[in-house]
Amino acid sequence: MAHTITIPPDAQLTPLLRGYGAAVAAKRRRVMIGFAVLVLCVLVAGAGAEVSADKFWSGIGNFGDYFNRLLLLDSGERVWTDPADWFWGLRRWGRLLGETLLIAYVGTLTGTVGAFVGCFLCSRNLVRAAGLRMAVRRVLEFCRTVPDIVFALIFVASFGLGAIPGVLAIAIHTTGALGKLFAEVVENIDMKPVEGVAATGGNWFAQVRFGALPQVVSNFASYALLRLEINVRGATIIGVVGAGGIGQDLIVAIRQFHTSDVSAILLLIVLCVMMIDGVSERLRHRLLALERGR
Amino acid sequence: MSENPADIRAAFLARRSELEAAWPAMFGADWPTRARTGVLVGGALAVYVFGLYTLEFSPAVIFHGLWRLVDIAGLMMPPSPGTWERFLLYLDALGQTLSIALLGTLTAAVLAVPLGFLAARNVVANAVLHVLTRRSLDTIRSIDTLIWALIWINVVGLGPFAGALAIASADLAAFAKLMSEAIEAADHRPGEGVAAAGGGHLARLRFAILPQVLPIFASQVLYFFESNTRSATIIGVVGAGGIGLWLSEAIRVLEWRETSFLILMVLVTVAAIDLVSQRLRAAIIGRRG
Repeated sequence: MAHTITIPPDAQLTPLLRGYGAAVAAKRRRVMIGFAVLVLCVLVAGAGAEVSADKFWSGIGNFGDYFNRLLLLDSGERVWTDPADWFWGLRRWGRLLGETLLIAYVGTLTGTVGAFVGCFLCSRNLVRAAGLRMAVRRVLEFCRTVPDIVFALIFVASFGLGAIPGVLAIAIHTTGALGKLFAEVVENIDMKPVEGVAATGGNWFAQVRFGALPQVVSNFASYALLRLEINVRGATIIGVVGAGGIGQDLIVAIRQFHTSDVSAILLLIVLCVMMIDGVSERLRHRLLALERGR
Repeated sequence: MSENPADIRAAFLARRSELEAAWPAMFGADWPTRARTGVLVGGALAVYVFGLYTLEFSPAVIFHGLWRLVDIAGLMMPPSPGTWERFLLYLDALGQTLSIALLGTLTAAVLAVPLGFLAARNVVANAVLHVLTRRSLDTIRSIDTLIWALIWINVVGLGPFAGALAIASADLAAFAKLMSEAIEAADHRPGEGVAAAGGGHLARLRFAILPQVLPIFASQVLYFFESNTRSATIIGVVGAGGIGLWLSEAIRVLEWRETSFLILMVLVTVAAIDLVSQRLRAAIIGRRG
């Protein structure tokens, strides 16, 4: 197909072009203003964060140097020439990594139960009492906004060093984060089954159990798995403040410049996180398939 | 149908056995399904109990700890910064935290644009290059911000600069992944249009793909800025600048009233940033979409 494009006469064309030019110029101006504001913010922030090109350029050499040292054993050999020496602490690190995974798991499951209870109580379609709903929402918001490390710091002060503060910190943060997601799922359910249960005389618990729950459970599981992935990452560092897991050994190694230990532990963490991510992703895809097949 | 619920109930109860025989699935799951659910739930619980046992949970420890926690919560009231000078110091640290979040997020975003294009299947046809990019991004992504902060401190020294670099490194991979996904999901017809008008590969990227991807990406950047404000409050714990330094210090020396004041400051700031960024996000998506 051949198209011929007719060019309109100048009298028609000029106003069109002018209009187009004005529209483009207006958009450009808006983008430029936004950009200028951004640049201003960056300059102020740069001053605030003590950014200095000097420090960066002298530092960037250190960075390469540091990575180089990460891959050197104490004897000066490359790490892969002697894996046994590189991973000399494998047994201890393996145990700590297992502890990290358990902290993440127990914390996630506890937090999921908390979010499960909370989400039904703060859903507009299931709870009439606005006061209760608002109260639960505020609590969840608080749990989610305070970073888990801060909770861990406070819990270490009250529960003592060890895994317990780590688990509790992760559990509370998870309650807040999942509670919000869960509540969004619950507010989007089909209300007919719930009304059906209510019509047959079911009380509030029966309505939630038989009307709402079957619609949301696979979504909940998939969100909880996603959270588990995030929490495994979080649990690797919670030891930095003394709350158990591999983070303790990592920070000691970094602070005392045991560079080959640092690279070995980092490698273990990366492998472990990737493994968990892979398993959880597969499970989530299966849950998704289940959801579609329904 | 204006039947009384009680009538429906009576009618149902009268025909219950008949209905149950006709639709067994409506009255309860079959045994294999039940068994599978039971095994799954039982397994999850067993691991949970094993975890509690291994991590040395005990009612006594929990009870004692909760008691102390209530104590501490009492000591936190009312929140107060102590002196006026301290308050100014904290404000300054908060500004530093925001600076760290902004710089880190922007640096990561800028660096992620080319990486995102490299990792996108419909832009770079070379499978090896794009698998390599993806794998290295995955590796970077599995290291937490706090670990990056510890590493950067060794490189550029203590201070907020290390914090900004840490946030940038941790987010770089996540951004590149989002960017590449957005590029892969982009409509290919504008690209064909540009090609038909005689545009080359670069022109296609600039005029067909970038305009589609940029608004999505900008809204993601804002979203990350929100969450990075939270991350930036904690990297001070390891000495990478910002309010976290004061927060961990206050907890370490058991200044509970200052601790609660600092937490309050963080909460207010995060809420304010959320509000602003929500507005901006709506504006960006609304304006171009």
